[in-house]
Amino acid sequence: MSTHTPVPPIPLWRTRCRSAAPRGAILVLSILALAAVASAARLPAVAAIAVTAIADAPVRGEPAWSPYLVGALIGVLSMLTFYLSDTPIGVSTGYARVAGMLGKVVAPRHTESLAYYQKTRPIVDWEVMLLLGTVLGGVLAAGTGDQLTGEWLPPLWAATFGPDSQALRIATAFGGGLLLAVGARIAGGCTSGHGISGTLQLSIGSWIALICFFLGGAAVAFPMFRG
Amino acid sequence: MSESDDKRSPRQLMLGLLFGIVFGFLLQKGGVAQYDVLIGALLLEDFTVFQIMLTAILVGMIGVFTMHALGFVKLHPKALKVGPNIIGGLLFGVGFGLSGYCPGTGATAMGQGNYDAWFAALGLLAGSYLYAEMSRKLDRTLGKWGDRGQLMATDLVNTPRALVVGAAALVIIAALVVVERV
Repeated sequence: MSTHTPVPPIPLWRTRCRSAAPRGAILVLSILALAAVASAARLPAVAAIAVTAIADAPVRGEPAWSPYLVGALIGVLSMLTFYLSDTPIGVSTGYARVAGMLGKVVAPRHTESLAYYQKTRPIVDWEVMLLLGTVLGGVLAAGTGDQLTGEWLPPLWAATFGPDSQALRIATAFGGGLLLAVGARIAGGCTSGHGISGTLQLSIGSWIALICFFLGGAAVAFPMFRG
Repeated sequence: MSESDDKRSPRQLMLGLLFGIVFGFLLQKGGVAQYDVLIGALLLEDFTVFQIMLTAILVGMIGVFTMHALGFVKLHPKALKVGPNIIGGLLFGVGFGLSGYCPGTGATAMGQGNYDAWFAALGLLAGSYLYAEMSRKLDRTLGKWGDRGQLMATDLVNTPRALVVGAAALVIIAALVVVERV
């Protein structure tokens, strides 16, 4: 029943393809590959933009900008997304849509049958572009600030678990990411969707979720690093 | 949710990309793409995350409610679902502590060159699909616990919205002052 649902006309790259998933997945993957190469090779063509970079010499590891400036600008950015896109900032749904696009490549019918993907379609939309942009923004900012890390182990991790703990770090990062996604989907948002966009609208559920984010995080971080 | 299906025009795709670039740029410049800074927040040793979030909430709240009062924007309050908010929130928190990133800061960290963040992102993709697999069952069970609709603090009291926003602003400023002095 769901195999022949009419698809609305989509501009640009998608003219004849019945399913957006493969092309969407390819687009997403290629942009990510680009970002990976850029950040790994520290090649930022971004260097060109370094001219406009803020003229401070950031100490490695120190935030380049004041948290109040960054926070205020994120507040202004939120106003702009409401005004120009009628959408609050929220990053986690982008991952879910990308996961659905990848799922459609492997098991199209099964993916389309899932309740979540019937509500939140696995397509390239504003949220997916926001996610991709966030990765690119990270490349740009780190490139202009000479803060590209190119590291497997964050300093605090290496100091606690040793310099040869790559496998443990990868497993922990993956498992943590998995729980982040399940938790965000159950809670209805993540640190940006609930933690900034929801709270700034004084949504009660968002304040509850935000507090639980930090409670759950502290319950893990204390035994890991201060246990 | 269905409204997001409209955000596929070339203009909105470009805006999404642009907003994302600015968001990631700001997160990196603020230092919150760093594992150490994020874990530092959970250990209550580094307050950068709180300062950024509280300032963003303060400015965004005043800005968005003002634009709404002037008829420029629609609000998109989140649903209050007590059970899912708490259980999902705590699960998310455990994931936050383990990975050391959240979805936005993790994406920024990927760009910044933290290779571990790429594995957190793979986990996020896997977890999203896993949730989708469970979504029908979860919608019927946990998803219904404590569902109160899109309740906002402004709905709780019979006071003009501006007053509630003003009071919330004062509380946030007070919290920022406390955090600054710690």
